[in-house]
Amino acid sequence: MLMESSVSAANAAKSGQPYLQIVDVVKKFGDNTVVDHVNLTINKNDIFALLGSSGSGKSTLLRMLAGMETPTSGRIILDGQDITQLPPYERPINMMFQSYALFPHMTVAQNIAFGLKQDRLPKAEIDARVEKMLDLVQMKKYAGRKPYQLSGGQQQRVALARSLAKRPKLLLLDEPLGALDKKLRQQTQLELVNLIEQVGVTCIMVTHDQEEAMTMAGRIAIMSEGQLLQVATPNEIYEYPNCRFTAEFIGETNIFEGHLAVDEPDFVEIASPDLPTPIFVAHGITGALGMQLWYSLRPERVYLSREQPTEVRNQASGVVHDIAYLGGFSIYHIKLASGKIIKASVPATQWRDEPAPTWEEPVFISWGDNDGVVLTQ
Amino acid sequence: MSQKISWFGKTSLGIGFFFLYAPIVILMIYSFNASKLVTVWGGFSTHWYGELFRDEAVMSALGLSLKVALLSSVMAVALGTIAGMVLARFGRFRGKSLFAGMITAPMVMPEVITGLSMLLLFVQMQQWFGFPEERGVLTIWVGHVTLCMAYVTVVIRSRLVEMDRSVEEAAMDLGARPMKVFFVITLPLIAPALASGFLLAFTLSLDDLVITAFLSGPGSTTLPQLIFSRVRLGLNPEINALATITVLVVGTLVIVANRVMARAEKKRRLLAA
Repeated sequence: MLMESSVSAANAAKSGQPYLQIVDVVKKFGDNTVVDHVNLTINKNDIFALLGSSGSGKSTLLRMLAGMETPTSGRIILDGQDITQLPPYERPINMMFQSYALFPHMTVAQNIAFGLKQDRLPKAEIDARVEKMLDLVQMKKYAGRKPYQLSGGQQQRVALARSLAKRPKLLLLDEPLGALDKKLRQQTQLELVNLIEQVGVTCIMVTHDQEEAMTMAGRIAIMSEGQLLQVATPNEIYEYPNCRFTAEFIGETNIFEGHLAVDEPDFVEIASPDLPTPIFVAHGITGALGMQLWYSLRPERVYLSREQPTEVRNQASGVVHDIAYLGGFSIYHIKLASGKIIKASVPATQWRDEPAPTWEEPVFISWGDNDGVVLTQ
Repeated sequence: MSQKISWFGKTSLGIGFFFLYAPIVILMIYSFNASKLVTVWGGFSTHWYGELFRDEAVMSALGLSLKVALLSSVMAVALGTIAGMVLARFGRFRGKSLFAGMITAPMVMPEVITGLSMLLLFVQMQQWFGFPEERGVLTIWVGHVTLCMAYVTVVIRSRLVEMDRSVEEAAMDLGARPMKVFFVITLPLIAPALASGFLLAFTLSLDDLVITAFLSGPGSTTLPQLIFSRVRLGLNPEINALATITVLVVGTLVIVANRVMARAEKKRRLLAA
């Protein structure tokens, strides 16, 4: 499951000046707006993730940073320099491609040296830096191999070394681990973050894998249909999504649709046709009585019991509709009287002395006053 | 892996091979005929091979054919690569469909038409500018390049289209200018396509008869033209000997080219995997 605190969340705090500014950038292909007025500021040494499904415009945004595409309008400023119109070969930015894009006719060492050669550095310096990079990614043994003689993980490390060799001001990662299998991916995520932090480079990655983004990045931007919906730390994104799309995109959630029924300064109640009683929320919100609202409740916040809970205000009864057994925990699908199906994540340890509820068994679900998030859009 | 092939399969295979190769085998056998008549066996002899190498007309026609084939295929590969790049890499531009159509037109156009229209062009040009002064190697070369370039463009374009563009983008990202990317990255990666384009152009040019017939002048007779005119005068085992050598040389080249291509393909597969 998702980690609530990410490895590099702490990094977000120690960042300084705005380093990269994306100012009102628009990209149109014909009549099709792919990136729609994006504004974004990234600090030095941040590891930043652009997270979105395919077609959300995240890759196009990344390609505009690399210089492979030119924005229709807007500006990109890196370390005080306007780079909007610079061709890719003049930008102090390097990219690690999704397919790695290693040069198949060159050895590992030649691949890493390629960028340095373009800068016409002295040979001794190139050799020294290539050596250092090979050390960094632990590929010294393979310096003389061709890319097709390497495994996927090794190719990925060479691609990383190649994009770091020029000491870019900005490192771009396009689906950095997309081509690896799942087991290798989880292990590589942390390795990659450690390497990037060791080198101390500002990094923007694009991914559709929320786990990857949450593990690796200090800040995440959720992108959909060319727009940034929310930019925040992984923790904030998961716990306090600002819209339904974000709540549903990151992790699993139950969404109740309803309207504001009671509006007091220190609590509100949301009436939902899905539930027999209104949802009690122990804080005030800004909104008019009767306005349409959504309430997002994560499965791990839903408590499942056989007996009716007595001390909790937010509860409902239902029957077990489906069970997905996942070992350490199970996802129960509870069908309420209204027909709405609620997902509840139940740890295996909850049923120590009694058998776990089974199909068609009547059960109660309940949750605390502050366990869900009220969404206005 | 050994799999049993049914008798039907075996027979079909046998008949197929027989139809394809029996004529060639018979032709080769009769090149060792001692008799002057192609169709009557007069015992084994290598007499006609000797005759062939002493025949100056054949030797000079062969020389001309090889020269024209070499020059045309080099030019066709150069132009075909440029045209392939334009079609595969320059996105959409005004007149792209027209350009693509015109490039490949010589492939579908009957050669008689291509040859005739080029002949008319050269005659007209000669009247207007006095150039080309007469038809000969130069005009044949232009005709062959036109034909071969169409095929080379198709081969190179398809290779460029299926090639992973991000490799070129990566080179540019690492600081290489577009020209440098082309020579240092793109060209080495499409080398197998260049080689097969070259071989294709070479063979096309070597055995072209129709376009050559329109564009050649006195004193510039290519090998296909010579054989064609000789055969009309009557068959002769010397031609069989020439054909045998041609088959062996071409066969060897094809096998070598296949081996090289297969190796390159295997490398690429491994990289993609």
